[in-house]
Amino acid sequence: MNKNFLTFLPPVFLTLLLSLPLLGFFAQENSKDILLLQRWDWVLYATAAVFLANSVLIVLKKYPLPSFAISPPAKNLNALKALLFLGLLALPFLSSRSTIDLATLVLLYICLAWGLNITMGLAGLLDLGYVAFYAIGAYTTAILSHYYGLSFWQCVPLSGLVAAIFALVIGMPILRVQGDYLAIVALGFAEIVRIVATNWQSLTGGPNGMSGMPRPTFFGLEFGRTSSSGLPTFQDFFHIPFNSEHRLIFLFYCILGLAIIIYVVSKRLRCLPLGRAWEAMREDEIACRALGINLPRIKLSAYSIGAGIAGLVGAFFATKQGFVSPESFTFNETAMIVAMVVLGGMGSLWGICIAATFLVLLPELARGLADYRMLLFGLAMILVMRFKPNGLISVRQPTVKMS
Amino acid sequence: MDYFFQQLINGITLGAIYGLIALGYTMVYGIVGMINFAHGEIYMIAAFIGFLAFLLLASLGVTSVIVTLILVLVISMVFTSVYGFAVERVAYRPLRNAPKLAPLISAIGMSIFLQNYVQLTQGARVKSLPPVFTQNFHLTDSLTISTVQLLILGSTALLLLGFSYLINKTPLGRAQRACEQDRKMAALVGVDVDKTISLTFVLGAALAAVAGVMVILYYGVLDFYMGFLAGMKAFVAAVLGGIGSLSGAMLGGLLIGLIESFWAAYMGGDYKNVAVFAVLMLVLVVRPNGLLGRKQVEKV
Amino acid sequence: MRTPLLDVTDLTMQFGGLTAVDGVSFTAHQGEITAIIGPNGAGKTTLFNCLTGFYKPTQGTLLLHTADKSIRLDTLPRSHIAAKAKIARTFQNIRLFTGMTVLENLLVAQHNALMRASGFCIAGLLGLPRYRKAEQHALEKARYWLHKIDLTDKADWEAGNLPYGDQRRLEIARAMCMEPVLLCLDEPAAGLNPKESADLNTLLQDICNTEKTSLLLIEHDMSVVMNISHHIIVLEYGRRIADGTPQEIKNNADVIRAYLGEESA
Repeated sequence: MNKNFLTFLPPVFLTLLLSLPLLGFFAQENSKDILLLQRWDWVLYATAAVFLANSVLIVLKKYPLPSFAISPPAKNLNALKALLFLGLLALPFLSSRSTIDLATLVLLYICLAWGLNITMGLAGLLDLGYVAFYAIGAYTTAILSHYYGLSFWQCVPLSGLVAAIFALVIGMPILRVQGDYLAIVALGFAEIVRIVATNWQSLTGGPNGMSGMPRPTFFGLEFGRTSSSGLPTFQDFFHIPFNSEHRLIFLFYCILGLAIIIYVVSKRLRCLPLGRAWEAMREDEIACRALGINLPRIKLSAYSIGAGIAGLVGAFFATKQGFVSPESFTFNETAMIVAMVVLGGMGSLWGICIAATFLVLLPELARGLADYRMLLFGLAMILVMRFKPNGLISVRQPTVKMS
Repeated sequence: MDYFFQQLINGITLGAIYGLIALGYTMVYGIVGMINFAHGEIYMIAAFIGFLAFLLLASLGVTSVIVTLILVLVISMVFTSVYGFAVERVAYRPLRNAPKLAPLISAIGMSIFLQNYVQLTQGARVKSLPPVFTQNFHLTDSLTISTVQLLILGSTALLLLGFSYLINKTPLGRAQRACEQDRKMAALVGVDVDKTISLTFVLGAALAAVAGVMVILYYGVLDFYMGFLAGMKAFVAAVLGGIGSLSGAMLGGLLIGLIESFWAAYMGGDYKNVAVFAVLMLVLVVRPNGLLGRKQVEKV
Repeated sequence: MRTPLLDVTDLTMQFGGLTAVDGVSFTAHQGEITAIIGPNGAGKTTLFNCLTGFYKPTQGTLLLHTADKSIRLDTLPRSHIAAKAKIARTFQNIRLFTGMTVLENLLVAQHNALMRASGFCIAGLLGLPRYRKAEQHALEKARYWLHKIDLTDKADWEAGNLPYGDQRRLEIARAMCMEPVLLCLDEPAAGLNPKESADLNTLLQDICNTEKTSLLLIEHDMSVVMNISHHIIVLEYGRRIADGTPQEIKNNADVIRAYLGEESA
């Protein structure tokens, strides 16, 4: 009892010291001057919270909970996947406009997180500038359609390509140096992209952004009320009444298709020599070198494939929003995608899918929590690293089996 | 010509601030081999604590500028050090033997957490501190140096002297350098590694605290987001000078400060950060170990 | 008739002021097991690191003779040494891909061949027969080695979960999957019990005789060195102090002095 009590004291005292300045005082600006307000109650709450959390931890240490590991249920897994797929196919017909919108957003983030999964989850390269490639993809689509009049389906592959080329050019010098620097350099690169997008007014419209994105067409058929090309519109061709939701639904299916392609490609890549080399590199770079694996090339491939996927998703994002501006591509965005990959379990496509869904829906489901969203992300990243460093789903599937 | 020298003064002042933050990065990298991603946030927190301390002292009726300044510095250094200590205890120490990506991700989590913690507790709006020192000294007709600039340069020089004494001459410094060389061996010969690492974080935070207080005196504004860019640039400074090298961090800080202010003066402010990061990439390609860094021998 | 495989001439490696390897010359021959022995800090591992491209030697030449040409290792870009010169190595403290399975470890070793066959992923992504055949072939080779090191039953284990002795053998098998002309082993018998050590001798002799891969061996365990090596090089303080057959080394006064001290000589 006495010993327990002593282990209590330091964290509680520490919390008191930590909360004293920033929780205890608050500066409020009036029109004329600044007032210093005191909030001793907050200090009390924080200290009490830590006290309670510590008690719980001590009790848990004495009576530990049965340990649990979330592993994918082996049986009926394919049935579950098929059910999910059918559900997603049927979704647009069962739900409202806002739900379709939200589902599209969730799919976009899943695609983004799966792209980062290749760079970070498989190859172990911490890319804190991931959002830069997403931005490059979105701006490529905006610029190509705005200045050169390219159609949506021309813009999409080009966006992916441009993002991948940027990754190659940036990665070539950077990936040769030691691992940790990559994180910061990538972060710096993302900052450069954002600064350029903000300041190059004549090209990107600066902070006001660009609008008038290309609209997706269904094999050349447009979704508008009237057609601008010679072809009939979508609804005329199929003899159905006009509905503005058609375009939305079509976009949803497109992104669903993109997600499935990314899923299949990442799954297959993992089982190819390249994918195995990525994972081997994550485990031990020196051993890779002794086996004659060309590390810079392997790193560059992981980096630019991830970036290419981000570019593709960027094109879809631009079309979905109908508008791009530098504000959509801040570090918070990268942090959120990194959090999805980390929380879901690096390398696990389904874990990441679940984490992405949860993180996108969280602020929608709990409006009151929206302000605390980033705070909770940060906390979750620390806690997951400490208690479950391999993420939600940490069971690694071998890429090849003996039998 | 005066314009040039004015930029030189401004650049060195800015560089001194970056250098103080960069020392924290470089020390931590030297001893635990990881980027303390939350260090920029520590600096931001220091600025906030300093700001609140100014207001508190003013409301208590302390009028002497010197007394205020010293008290603010002490308060900010003490409480920021507690933050530095806590960050290491909570986010890094449990992960010391974890896979290599884990502490870095934990650090990013900590950085996001602290940023939003300050935003939620202190508000998202930019705060401004009424000017404390207003006097400028005219060196020539159009070349001036402000009291705050003198203060920054003076205190940085003083801190560096004390700091190099601490690292080179005291038992703590010896323990710190020993841990940097070989943590296991240091532990075997009786160095308390945990304590030394904690102290390294505390020292780094205290230096960042001085930078934080100076920067609000200098610019008069602060917000919860200020640590992100400043931290990033200070890290660039540390890499530029050669990570792990203390004098390199200072040199890198000065270079970054100079690049930034000269670029802003002659090329316009829009792309000054682009210049800073471009320099980083260039240095990493040409001299991966930085300007004063030791060449690392890979242990196989 | 002995054919030289590797000519090391005047190899010197300095770190700052420290000279770890100082003007060492020797020749390793084809189809032989060459052992490098010497007290701790004699520069054995540094020599290995120069040989396998982890360090760039300060001075000296390394010449590898293959069937059709000779390759200068010291000027070859370091990423090419394993791939082009076909020199494989193991590490003093085992470096396996611990999170991957035993079988996967053996496949990663065949990366370059498989990568070419997969047409840098294109053929692999499409599942073309050309790649499938290459993969089958790679799996066949992996099975062959799994059988040799007696790990067939544990093929799907995570490599990190294997017992220590198995890990040692797996690392050797992984290096052999590269089909090297020269295999460099850094203390392969360290930490093995006598039975495992004897098994290792058999494995190494088999590699030398059946697989026709020459071996370069750093070892402290004299039962291994004296039993299986054809040729021994002794280093002390970075210098070569003796070079000869096991019998010659056993009776060499300099070697006895280096190991047992001045007065014993």
